[in-house]
Amino acid sequence: MTYQLETAQHPEKLRRVAIDPVSRVEGHGKVTILLDEQNKVHQVRLHIVEFRGFEKFIQGRPYWEVPVMVQRLCGICPVSHHLAASKALDVIVGAKKLTPAAEKLRRLMHYGQMLQSHALHFFHLCSPDLLFGFDSDVTKRNIVGVAAAHPEIAKRGVLLRRFGQEVIRVTAGKRVHGTGAVPGGMNKSLTIAERDELLKDIYHIVAWSRDAVRLIQKVHIQDPGLYNSFGIFRSNFMSIVGHNGDLDFYHGTLRARDDNGKLIFDGVDYQEYDRYIEEEVKSWSYMKFPYFKSLGKEHGWYKVGPLARVQNCNQISTPFAEHERKEFVDYAGGTPMHAPLAYHWTRMIEMLHAAEVIKELLHDDDLLSDNLMVEGERKMEGVGVIEAPRGTLFHHYRVDENDLITMANLIVSTTNNNQAMNEAVRHVAKRYLHGREVTEGLLNHIEVAIRAFDPCLSCATHALGKMPLAVELVDPEGQVIHSLSRS
Amino acid sequence: MSQTFILDGKTISFADGQTIMQAATQAGVFIPHLCYHPDFKPHGSCKLCTVKVNGRQTASCTMRAIAGMVVESDTPEINAERLALTQMLFVEGNHFCPSCEQSGNCQLQATAYHLGMMSPHFDHFFPNRAVDASHPDVLLDFNRCILCSLCVRASRDVDGKNVFALSGRGIKTHLIVNAKSGQLADTNFTLDDKAAHVCPVGVILKKRRGFAVPIGERTYDKQPISATAKAVAEER
Repeated sequence: MTYQLETAQHPEKLRRVAIDPVSRVEGHGKVTILLDEQNKVHQVRLHIVEFRGFEKFIQGRPYWEVPVMVQRLCGICPVSHHLAASKALDVIVGAKKLTPAAEKLRRLMHYGQMLQSHALHFFHLCSPDLLFGFDSDVTKRNIVGVAAAHPEIAKRGVLLRRFGQEVIRVTAGKRVHGTGAVPGGMNKSLTIAERDELLKDIYHIVAWSRDAVRLIQKVHIQDPGLYNSFGIFRSNFMSIVGHNGDLDFYHGTLRARDDNGKLIFDGVDYQEYDRYIEEEVKSWSYMKFPYFKSLGKEHGWYKVGPLARVQNCNQISTPFAEHERKEFVDYAGGTPMHAPLAYHWTRMIEMLHAAEVIKELLHDDDLLSDNLMVEGERKMEGVGVIEAPRGTLFHHYRVDENDLITMANLIVSTTNNNQAMNEAVRHVAKRYLHGREVTEGLLNHIEVAIRAFDPCLSCATHALGKMPLAVELVDPEGQVIHSLSRS
Repeated sequence: MSQTFILDGKTISFADGQTIMQAATQAGVFIPHLCYHPDFKPHGSCKLCTVKVNGRQTASCTMRAIAGMVVESDTPEINAERLALTQMLFVEGNHFCPSCEQSGNCQLQATAYHLGMMSPHFDHFFPNRAVDASHPDVLLDFNRCILCSLCVRASRDVDGKNVFALSGRGIKTHLIVNAKSGQLADTNFTLDDKAAHVCPVGVILKKRRGFAVPIGERTYDKQPISATAKAVAEER
C-alpha cells in the first residue's frame, strides 16, 4: 500500500507540503507530501538535496590520501569513512592481516566513535521527542529543554559524547578528522598517560550507558501502542557479523535476513559485495536506492543500523550488552522487531557494547605497542566495509600501477536505509496526516520517523536543535494558502 | 662580527657579505620567507621577506646588511602585505590542507598561521593541474607549487641534473619537468637527490608514506615556524 505512495497518478492536481529542511538530523534533506482537497495523502518522498561528488573527485589522487580525504564526507562519523577507506586500501597494499596493535587501535577508535555518535543522536537529537512527546511545546522540544527539565540526563549525554571524542583524539590525533589509520596499519599507538586518562572515566561511562538502555527501554515499554507500531513496515535487514556471528562493528562477513528473520545470505566476503547488492537511481533524489540482486528492486530493499545489527547477530560478546540484547529479543517475542522507534532501544544497547569493548581494550597492552604496520603483495582493487553508527558502509576502490585512484564506489549507511526511511515516512503520513489539517506537531511526526534511523543525509553537515522549518500549503495554481514557520 | 644594524629596534650583529635574512636568522629573529633556503643562493622571488630599509622596501634575503642601517620587519603594515601575498599564493594553486599529507610540515601553511590568515580572501583560481605519478618513488602534485624554484636550484646546482625548470611568464609561470615526455619517470631523478627534499610545500612527495607521522609530531605541531630562527640561533 505505502509503496504506491512513492508516485502520485496526477500530481498536478495536488497540493504540496514540504518539510524543508528536516531538522535534528545530520545533513540536509526535505520531505514533500502531496495532498488532495480533503487532505488525503497521495505522495510522500524523502529527498536528499545535497550533491557531494566524492566518488568522482578522488579519481586521479594518490591512494594514501584517500582515508584522510573521504572522511570529510562527515563531521559526525568521519572515523567510519576513515576506517572503511583504510580497510579497502589495506587490501591494495597487501596487508591481509594487520598487527594486533594496529587492529586494536583501530577498533578503539571506531568504538569510541560509535559511543559518541550514538550519544549525540539519542541525547541531543531525539530525547526531546521521546521525553516530551512528538507534538509537545515546540519551544521546549530541543536539547536546551531537556537540560532544563532533566539536567542529569542532558549532562550525561554531553559527557558520554565527550568521552567518545577523547577516545578518537588519542587514536587519530584529533577529535574530528584525524589521521590515525594509514593503509597497512596505524601511525600511532597510545601512550601510557593517554590510556590511563581514559581508564579514569570508563567505569562510569559503562554505568551511564547501562542507565541509558534502561531509560529508553522504560519509555518504549510504557507506551507499546505507539512504540511498537509508529511508522512500522516490514523489510529485509543486513549487517556484517563477526566471528561466531558476534555483533561486530569493525570487521566480519555480510549477513542478510528477510522480514521473518530467515537468512537470505550469510558468511559473504564483502570483497564480493557487488555480486549481492545493486543500486537503483531515481530522478527525484541524489541518494541511490540499493537492493539485494537476488530479490530485485521491488522486494530486495533492506534496512541497516542498530535495529538490523542487534537482531542479525547471534550474540554480543560483552556481558551487560548481551543481557540487554536478550531482554530486547524477549520483548520482540522471538521474531524480528520492525518498529522504527525500536532503533533507539537497540542503539543504546550498542552504545553500552561500545563502552564495554573500550573498557576491555584499555586493559590490553597491545595498545601501547609500536608494531603498527604490515605490507604485502600489491593489488589493484580493494573493498572495505565497516558497521558505521548508522549502518553498513562500503568503500570500493581501484588503483592504477602509478598508485592513483581510478574508480571509487561508496555505499554509505544512510543510502542503505533510503527506501526504508521513505517507507516509514509514508506510513506515518498515511496514519497521522491523512485527511487532517497539517500542523507543526503532525509534521514533527514525520521527522520523528526519519530521526529514528539517525540518518546522515549528506554524510557531512550537521543540523542541531531548532533548525529553521518552513511549511507551505500551495494550491494547484501555486498560491500559498496556508503556511507555518519556525526559526 | 663587530658590525651591527637595527632590526625592529634590536641590535643585530653581522659579518661582511651577510644578508639581512642571514644575520637576523643567526640572531634568532624570524623573517617570514618561502623561496629562501640557507643552502642556496637567494632568489628573491616570493617577496614574503620584504622589509623596509631606511624607509624603502627590499627583499631581506638578497639585501646585504650594512652597518648602521635601520630595518623594519615585524610591523602591521609589512605583515599585512605578507598576508596578502600568502593569500594570493593560496588561491593561485589548489591548496587543500585538510587532505594534504604535508599539512603540519608545510611552510606555506605554517606561514599562513604565523600571519594570522583566517581565509584566502581572494577568489580561488582552481587551476586544473594534473599530478605526475609516473616515477616509481616520487609523486609530483603541481597543484601546490608556489614557484619558489628551490627544486630547480637544487637539481641544477647540487644534483647537476636540471630535472626541473620554471616555464612560461607572469601569471602563466609554471613548474615543468625537463624531459621530452614531460614525465618525471623519463628523467634521472632519484629519491637521493637534494631536489627531492627541498620543497617547502607538498609538490615533491615520497610515494606511499603520506600521513606516516601522527598529528602532534609533525614539524609545526611542535613549534611555530617563527621558532625556526631561534633554533638556528641556539645551535650556534
